[in-house]
Amino acid sequence: MGNTWTLTKVRIRLALRNRAFFFFSLVMPLLFLFGAIFIFAKGSASWVGYTLGAILTLTVMGSFWGLSVQLVTFREQGILRRFRIAPLGAGPMLASSILSNYIMTMPTVLIEIVICRFAFHMHSWGNLWAVLILVTAGSAAFSAFGLVVASVTNTMQETQMINNLIWTGFLFLSGATIPLAVFPGWIQRLALFIPATYLATGLQSATTNLATWAEIFTDFTALLVGLYVAFEVSRNLFRWEPEAKVPRSAKWWALAAMIPFLLFGAYENLYGKRLDRIQNNFRVLEDRSSSAQPSVPAAPPSSASSR
Amino acid sequence: MSEVIIQVEGLYKNYGVVEAVRGVSFSVLQGEVFGLLGPNGAGKTSTVEILEGLRNRDRGTALVCGLDPEGAGDAYKQRIGAVLQSTSLPDKIRVEEALHLFAAFYDSRADISQLLKRFQLEEKKNTFYSHLSGGQKQRLALAMALVNNPQVVFLDEPTAGLDPQVRREIYDIIEELKRDKKTILITTHYIEEAERLCDRVAIVDAGRVIAMGSPRELKQRSAGTTRIEVRLARPLRNGELSQLEGVADCRVLDGTFVLHSSRPPRTIVDLVKRLEAENNELQSLEMFSPSLEDVFVELTGRRLRD
Repeated sequence: MGNTWTLTKVRIRLALRNRAFFFFSLVMPLLFLFGAIFIFAKGSASWVGYTLGAILTLTVMGSFWGLSVQLVTFREQGILRRFRIAPLGAGPMLASSILSNYIMTMPTVLIEIVICRFAFHMHSWGNLWAVLILVTAGSAAFSAFGLVVASVTNTMQETQMINNLIWTGFLFLSGATIPLAVFPGWIQRLALFIPATYLATGLQSATTNLATWAEIFTDFTALLVGLYVAFEVSRNLFRWEPEAKVPRSAKWWALAAMIPFLLFGAYENLYGKRLDRIQNNFRVLEDRSSSAQPSVPAAPPSSASSR
Repeated sequence: MSEVIIQVEGLYKNYGVVEAVRGVSFSVLQGEVFGLLGPNGAGKTSTVEILEGLRNRDRGTALVCGLDPEGAGDAYKQRIGAVLQSTSLPDKIRVEEALHLFAAFYDSRADISQLLKRFQLEEKKNTFYSHLSGGQKQRLALAMALVNNPQVVFLDEPTAGLDPQVRREIYDIIEELKRDKKTILITTHYIEEAERLCDRVAIVDAGRVIAMGSPRELKQRSAGTTRIEVRLARPLRNGELSQLEGVADCRVLDGTFVLHSSRPPRTIVDLVKRLEAENNELQSLEMFSPSLEDVFVELTGRRLRD
């Protein structure tokens, strides 16, 4: 644990010295938040919580990109091989990536919640504890998915290509950008096999206060199991050396990281009530929105008051 | 009698069809600086990386401090330090921070401020790694190899790619380590480095040790001859210069005649006479005392830098 914490502290310091980190971890998520609220919340405070859930999902899922790219860069530049000489295993290297990423994601998450509550008049704080629990599990799980990608790619180009493919699925089929409830039934069923769906539905239910603890628990469990499997896969496939190419069998192991979600997806499709819950929540929000007075400004408060 | 710290017997390593290391054997005594000297691709780095525990061998035995580097794990890593041939650090890590970070992984830790002072990095301790010069980066790499007070230090081409001035600075540092009686295994393709730093040298070529001994012993193999390198305006028949007075050996390398002579003045007089008679001209003539390069040329017929 000592080595993990030592590395975590250094990783945080290194990130804070990097301007790109501030852009991708703070500026970009906040730009998304403002854009999404003005476009999707439709001037209704009822939708602010729902949109916040989606933006928190994007913020947390960003770990996936950041960590895979960082690990491959470190390997390509020969940085990892310097660490290999030290009495340090792959576990602390990977765990410190996840932990430092989590610590650095939390301020953005909190800022986003505070902005929605005070600037966009979100009705309540939502189920804040549930949000924090899901953000924690989600950040760790998506970091681990990124590490799996880094374990099975040899070059940065390959990493970017695979990231783009996976990211597109995460982005558009999980409900993080387009509400899952508006999709045809077969896409909704397909979405149940995607890890991001569990994070997006969980967070959207938590920020709108429309989920029971039992429902939150299933989302949390799905993410936690995903984290465990992905971490173990990436630890076993970890490569320190730039020239160490990934064996073909490793790619099958990487797919094994998705097994929990194939099982969760199959269960939800056969016996689960998740799709009903998604539809119900969406209807409740539409009802609230149509019965309530608009309370969210359609333009930024400062420009609205100046007109 | 000093204790054997590194013992290597019949080491083999293949990369697919390429046989990188072919039966390398040597031993290194405590407090000794032992060099693996050879051209690029000779198998030096593969050998040293097997000993560092970075690669697995195909055959043979290797013991360092009584431990097998393969699978000895963290207990072994606690006892060694290394400067790797190709490695780096994150751009935005500061010099002192890097030393503290790596020291934190070990049970035994050197005094970081002493290391900064010793490696002349005190003024640069708050500088980012990306802002260091090549020489400063290499000094930092050396300091990092010592953060755990290691029993054995592996230096893989520690001065490769550095300019001569910086190279000499690094030599001074390694000589200081030598005075501290550190056991050091160094790989190099620089003759000067091996001659200046090493107590004993193994000359490696094509994955094999072709000669081993102290630099002095190895140079004596040149039978006390002086190397004379001659370039001529018009080429001569191969072997013609071997008939000159005092010449023990003559080879042509890259268009240069390399003569080994036991009586250099007589050889030169004889050479000049021969050229005048044949209406040929000297383009250049250089004389060298016997060096490890000569030993390598004699054994392989090639120069080290080829």
